[in-house]
Amino acid sequence: MKLFGYELPQMSSLILWGLLWEIVGRLQITFFIPALSDIFVTLLEISTTKVFLTALSDTGYAFLLGTVSAIVIGIPLGILMGKNRLVDELLLPWVNMFLSAPLTALVPVLMVLFGFGLQAIVITTALFAIWIIVLNARAGVMQINRSLVEMAHSFGATPKDAFFKIYFWAALPEILGGVRIGFIRAVKGVIIGQLLISIVGFGALFELYSSNFLMKHFWAVLIVLFSLAFILAEILAYLEKRVSYYASRRAA
Amino acid sequence: MSETKQISENAVEVRNVFKNYGDVEALRDLTLQFPKGQLTSLLGPSGCGKTTLLKIIAGLIPATSGEVLVNGKPVTGPGPDRAFVFQDFALLPWATVLRNVAFGLELRGVPKPQREEIAVKYIKDVGLSGFEQSYPHELSGGMRQRVGLARALSVDAQVLLMDEPFSAVDEQTRRKFQEDLLSLVQNENKTFLFVTHSIEEAVYVSDQIAILLPRPSRVSEIIRPTGFRNKDKDSIRRDAEYLDIVDKIWASLRTYVE
Repeated sequence: MKLFGYELPQMSSLILWGLLWEIVGRLQITFFIPALSDIFVTLLEISTTKVFLTALSDTGYAFLLGTVSAIVIGIPLGILMGKNRLVDELLLPWVNMFLSAPLTALVPVLMVLFGFGLQAIVITTALFAIWIIVLNARAGVMQINRSLVEMAHSFGATPKDAFFKIYFWAALPEILGGVRIGFIRAVKGVIIGQLLISIVGFGALFELYSSNFLMKHFWAVLIVLFSLAFILAEILAYLEKRVSYYASRRAA
Repeated sequence: MSETKQISENAVEVRNVFKNYGDVEALRDLTLQFPKGQLTSLLGPSGCGKTTLLKIIAGLIPATSGEVLVNGKPVTGPGPDRAFVFQDFALLPWATVLRNVAFGLELRGVPKPQREEIAVKYIKDVGLSGFEQSYPHELSGGMRQRVGLARALSVDAQVLLMDEPFSAVDEQTRRKFQEDLLSLVQNENKTFLFVTHSIEEAVYVSDQIAILLPRPSRVSEIIRPTGFRNKDKDSIRRDAEYLDIVDKIWASLRTYVE
């Protein structure tokens, strides 16, 4: 956007919203909204405390395990569904169902099955992320140029070669798109897991700060979480853009 | 005696091939020989099953019944004795020219240094030296098909199957390709199977032209130009026999064009 002839950097509107927040906070209209500057001061204070760092690493660890397993299982499964009609017919209804189902309602079941520890949290995270990854990998494979497959076949490609040298790369732009959305959903999953299953990590911090009405702390942690999720999504969006450069010319 | 001689002379033999897609009869009782070291065109209106026949010979799709022999051996699937050149080039968009050309060898398990050495040679042969590290989207349509051709040549198959290879390139490039193809047939000791819907192209490049007619597909006629094959490339298009054959083929095909 341009303003008075100057090109504004992306998301400069955030400055405006930040100012508004600061004003509302200073006016002390509600305890729920402290001044933004105070929140950042609090953020600096707690960011070096052991409680915060433990929470960060706990959440990060669960998030990492959850998303990695969603990717490792989801991408091959999606590619397989795109390649094989029978597998697709068998699994697609389930994938679609889980994609739109309120997974939070499943968390108590997961607790019964997998206990109250890290395992259940990781599985919750993976369950939030995996379905969109599967669907996107499947969509990527289904729109693959048929003659690429025939080409590989005609030069004697084994099924394994075709999988790793053709299908995966041809579907890569869609796969990355799925991973990006999966990551965003996984952030949801890990926090819900940490709130509902066992009170650890950022979930525990939210619980602690909100029940004690420590609004500055609460917002500080929330901002950290939002920023992390945002940065992750942006990195993946950047990667996605780079590979779709090739994809847009895939028809060639 | 005469039969064994015939087998050794034909690189590819198609015997009584039928192909049905459900109720649709794509090929009916098709029998055709492709002599070794020559270029045979499959020419016909669209829907006459010429690409289907080529893909059956390639082993990409199975025939409903009948038999295809390549160098006397029945075809059960794709094999190293055949290489395919695709109408839409079928290049890997994420790979360089070098990797694309070497891809056939890569799939056959040739180690990287060897296959890249071979690929560099054929990239040079098709006139793309200096573009080894380019990506397909950086090349023109004609250059992309040269990559597809180099890939097919580099696996050193005896039989080259070309599915309307020049239909997606512009007219000038196409003419250059046709001239280059003539040299290729002369210099490489390979058998070429060439699908086209252009009468002029077929007559210009072929040693043998098989005319396929649709509904149901069958070979209606086989024409072997004799007079101008050894003439200079530039004078072929003015040769009386060339013009006669073009007219004759058009006369037999025109009734099938809506």
